[in-house]
Amino acid sequence: MSEEVKVFGFWCSPFSRRVELALKLKGVQYEYIEEDVFKNKSPLLLKYNPVHKKIPVLLHNGKPIAESLVILEYIEETWKANPILPEDPYEKAMVRFWTKFADEKCLPALWKAGWSPENEREKAVDEACECLKTLESALKGKRFFGGETVGLVDIAANFIAFWLRLIQEATGQELLSAEKFPDLFKWTDEFGSCSVVKESLPPRDKLLAFFKARVAEAMDAQTNASK
Amino acid sequence: MAAGENVKLLGTRQSMFTQRVVWALKLKGIEYEFIEEDLVNKSSLLLRLNPVHKKVPVLVHGGKSIIESKIILEYIDETWKETSLLPQHPQDRAYVRFWAAFIDDKLMEASKKAFVSTGDDQVKAIESTVEALQLLEEELHGKRFFGGDQEIGFLDIVAGWIAYWFQFIEEVGGFKVMDSTKFPCLDSWTKSFLQVPSIEQNLPPPDELRNVFGAIRSSMCPK
Repeated sequence: MSEEVKVFGFWCSPFSRRVELALKLKGVQYEYIEEDVFKNKSPLLLKYNPVHKKIPVLLHNGKPIAESLVILEYIEETWKANPILPEDPYEKAMVRFWTKFADEKCLPALWKAGWSPENEREKAVDEACECLKTLESALKGKRFFGGETVGLVDIAANFIAFWLRLIQEATGQELLSAEKFPDLFKWTDEFGSCSVVKESLPPRDKLLAFFKARVAEAMDAQTNASK
Repeated sequence: MAAGENVKLLGTRQSMFTQRVVWALKLKGIEYEFIEEDLVNKSSLLLRLNPVHKKVPVLVHGGKSIIESKIILEYIDETWKETSLLPQHPQDRAYVRFWAAFIDDKLMEASKKAFVSTGDDQVKAIESTVEALQLLEEELHGKRFFGGDQEIGFLDIVAGWIAYWFQFIEEVGGFKVMDSTKFPCLDSWTKSFLQVPSIEQNLPPPDELRNVFGAIRSSMCPK
């Protein structure tokens, strides 16, 4: 049966990369459509996600699904190869809990810590490190959050494995170090070295340049503000 | 874990999130022990079972704890198969999950802001609340419940706070957006939802909610 699968995404968004990673893990062929999210969202995107007007959107046989975590659960229920969720309801609940934690607590805390102005930085960094410590406890010495294979929590935490390192490089901050978070740091290497994961990451240099430009913009804004 | 094993629920009667779990358990006819928590003086049991967030509700089944109300609802649906709360088809499941996230993120955030703020901030927050309610109103159009015409489901349970808690949020917060002319479908849904026996028999008394919201508002608003 031929299926039409499309992903509307943005090259540097960890959210649309999550969707691509899940599809690749399950061997699902899809067409990728790059959206110009800052300047010119397409009429199709606005039609398929009128509520949030955001990427990612998955289109399956003409029907749209929005919100990356909702899309990931849909992908899991539709394509059964290489499951990213366990079968047991309790184990599934735990995976959903950690996925939500990574997405709703870790990601915003890390983003805030990466970009916060000097006077707010210490507090933001402390909060981000608390999140990382808590998330690390979910690894429990396993290779991946999903055990021997990449699972939903790993996919949801993709930002930590790749985007965070480049933000750290661009801003000169170190939030996730091998000394402070040995297990989590090791996980970023394991995750990042999977061939399927590598295929679903943005180009390193381009993303680093993007973050460096953001750092420069933020510094200009601060200089102007203090004039 | 077998479905027949011992079930406990840690929560508070006034918590909209705890009540979601109560409704789900009642709808499925599951016996459970309710443990009322004092959120000012959290018990060592609660802190042990939910060390990350230290919040209610917590469902304990066969000695294992499950947290976060929407996650608990999905767990209940997967463990006790009678009277399904979520639809079967992945497309429909994605639909209810999307709107559940919308209700808990967009609508709840806007309502909270409207509840604690004053002046221009409140005006903006009220606008956002109305926009969010408008979208839900459109989704309900023509249906008796979010779950369809016959029975309530996962999305009705998640939206349940709108049918009952919201009026007290408005009252204590000093604003009014819900009315039957602007939101006829939500108004009609509210009436049908509150008539479902498992819901009707499991709602906290109005004064308790007024007290709780009053206390929350006092603690959050700058004097």
